[in-house]
Amino acid sequence: MSSAQIEIQLIGLVVAAACALPGVFLVLRGMAMMSDAISHTVLLGIVLGFMVLGDLESPWLIIAAAAMGLITVSLIELLNNTKLVKQDAAIGLVFPALFSLAVILISRFARGVHLDNDAVLLGELAFAPFNRILLFGVSLPHSLVVMGVILLVNIAFIALFYKELKLATFDAGLAMALGFSPALIHYGLMALVSVTAVGAFDAVGSIMVVAFMVAPGAAAYLLTDRLDRMLLYAVLIGAAGTLGGYWMAHWLDANIAGSMSTIIGLLFVLCLLFAPRRGLLAIAARRRRQKWEFAQTMLAIHLLHHEGTAEAGVENRLEHLHDHLRWEPGFARGVVRRAREGGLISQSNGSLLLTAQGRQLAEQNLEG
Amino acid sequence: MNLWELLASLVNDHTVRTVALGTAGLGAVSGVLGAFAVLRRQSLLGDALSHAALPGVALAYMLTASKTPLVLMLGAGFTGFLAIGLFFIITRHTRIKEDASLGIVLSTFFGVGLLLLTYLQRNPDARQAGLNSFLFGQAAALLTRDLVTIAIFGGLALLVVFILWKEFKLLSFDRDFGSSLGFPMPGLDLLLTSLLVVVIVLGLQAVGVVLMSAMIVAPGAAARQWTDDLARMALLAAFFGALAGVSGALISSLGSGLSTGPVIVLCASAIVLVSLLLAPNRGLAWNAWRNWRSRSRLRGEAVLLDLYRMGAQHEDALQPHPVSALEAVSGARATQRSLQNLLARGLVQPGKNNWWALTEQGLAEAQRMEAALAADRDEQ
Repeated sequence: MSSAQIEIQLIGLVVAAACALPGVFLVLRGMAMMSDAISHTVLLGIVLGFMVLGDLESPWLIIAAAAMGLITVSLIELLNNTKLVKQDAAIGLVFPALFSLAVILISRFARGVHLDNDAVLLGELAFAPFNRILLFGVSLPHSLVVMGVILLVNIAFIALFYKELKLATFDAGLAMALGFSPALIHYGLMALVSVTAVGAFDAVGSIMVVAFMVAPGAAAYLLTDRLDRMLLYAVLIGAAGTLGGYWMAHWLDANIAGSMSTIIGLLFVLCLLFAPRRGLLAIAARRRRQKWEFAQTMLAIHLLHHEGTAEAGVENRLEHLHDHLRWEPGFARGVVRRAREGGLISQSNGSLLLTAQGRQLAEQNLEG
Repeated sequence: MNLWELLASLVNDHTVRTVALGTAGLGAVSGVLGAFAVLRRQSLLGDALSHAALPGVALAYMLTASKTPLVLMLGAGFTGFLAIGLFFIITRHTRIKEDASLGIVLSTFFGVGLLLLTYLQRNPDARQAGLNSFLFGQAAALLTRDLVTIAIFGGLALLVVFILWKEFKLLSFDRDFGSSLGFPMPGLDLLLTSLLVVVIVLGLQAVGVVLMSAMIVAPGAAARQWTDDLARMALLAAFFGALAGVSGALISSLGSGLSTGPVIVLCASAIVLVSLLLAPNRGLAWNAWRNWRSRSRLRGEAVLLDLYRMGAQHEDALQPHPVSALEAVSGARATQRSLQNLLARGLVQPGKNNWWALTEQGLAEAQRMEAALAADRDEQ
């Protein structure tokens, strides 16, 4: 690996971690699409900042862009509060307008500088190592330093306000009753998302920022019920997607950010399928098991009901289950076999007899 | 170029005419389907679907090596359906909410598309397939055959909406009631969403992946402000969409560096802004005026009652009182203006030195109000 390759992967890892952390809260709070809106409109902040400052390297640009992110959030809320449009429409109205304005401003007034629409949407991580700055005598890629600082800010914010964030996310009413301001926490989080989006879109482009923020958090949400673990898993999934994506892009000679979000998407689909308890396969298996368990309980109750009565000889036979319980013959055989293996019933001369265990199950369920 | 020349170019200039016709048609069709999307809270689904079309375009090109718009559109439609499928699976079977599953579908499908397109672009021949034209659209490159495509598919989509109007209305407003009547609601849902995919794919060429969502949301959201009737809303949305399309095409034909897509979106946004402010009954300006009017009416009534109650303590109910006394009693602001309003309605009359008295008509009105207030109190 050349040093440029190592640096690109390092930048990718830092971006992934910096995005995944606030992303977890976006997913939990149902505001994931805010990241889409913000990552587009920060462009307007950068363009306006550039027109005022005339300098693309100024750190003030990050502030201007992040401010535009917060303005976007406020505009969406303002529009939402008029009750004239619903929240999804408010998002869908505000950010395309601001983004269009930015695109037109760029093509009218900022042509020729390094600020073109493709780079903004798609990012070009491959060029990141060429833009370097000197920090304490060490030459480092510009994006690595910027994203490193942003990552530290994110970690610090979440560590300092962990309790408040958790409370405001899971029980906004209680948070308010205890005297925390949900609005303050909301805007703090949105400021974090804005700053992160500004820093990250330079490297991976505004649309992939959404992949880095939302997909790891959502995948982690399928894996665990604990917030601290969710944060950890999200960072790990983002990191794995970054490294895997880098090497796939290397192999295919294709866009790095696109490749990274492809792998992150694949990791999400893997979690969707195979997550223990919440994955699609686990859900299907649970439904299947419940179906058989329910049928065995039905069988036990049926047997108990007719046990010791005159018609028991007719009712409590395998062939009769079809008439009485409307079970297909194949299904009935399956239920009887499972019940016998589970020690709920025994079979003699074609008659089904409850064991003590089976009788207990039936009685328990009847008592309800 | 003045406005007249600009409008004349619509008729005379072949390119401008083609572009304007194309964007108008697109705007109209996306307006109608957008009206449903806005009502069904699926505004952002359009955003996700338009991004999800990108890998389809790349796949279609990889498989057929053809740049025919129809082939690329088929590919885009295919991945659009995949995206809808994934979106529904995630939201129905897991606890991940709609916003997050939209974000995931949107960004990862776009990532896959980008991966495929940049992979293709190693082959120089593919470069002209133009990533750019799908990101921001190239309305200026619309040809007559594109108009035919838009007319056929857009027309078909509108025809389906027309035929299944009642069913789609049920779906949008009371899905459960529709199911209870025996309509196949999941199938209708899929059909309506599929029509949305068709429109988005049609629009990609002109407006582009990034901004197509605005063409879905903006006309519908604007039309919603003007009416409560679905048919009128759909027609208005079609009109607004077409208006945004034509004006966007015209404005961008004026200057270099004005891509049509963003200009159309800004025109649509301007229509939304005007609608939000001015629409009767719902608009912000309308509401502000109505509030102001009812507030000044209430203030006037308070002054009238004060005058009546002060008069009731004298022999003569029509006894004049100075404004200063009225101000002291009511504490209300703008007493003078309220008096002028009451004067205009013939309920009070001015005397010397800014003293005011009730007229006979004002007395009757105040007595009626007092009686109504007393009745209210009794009820409580």
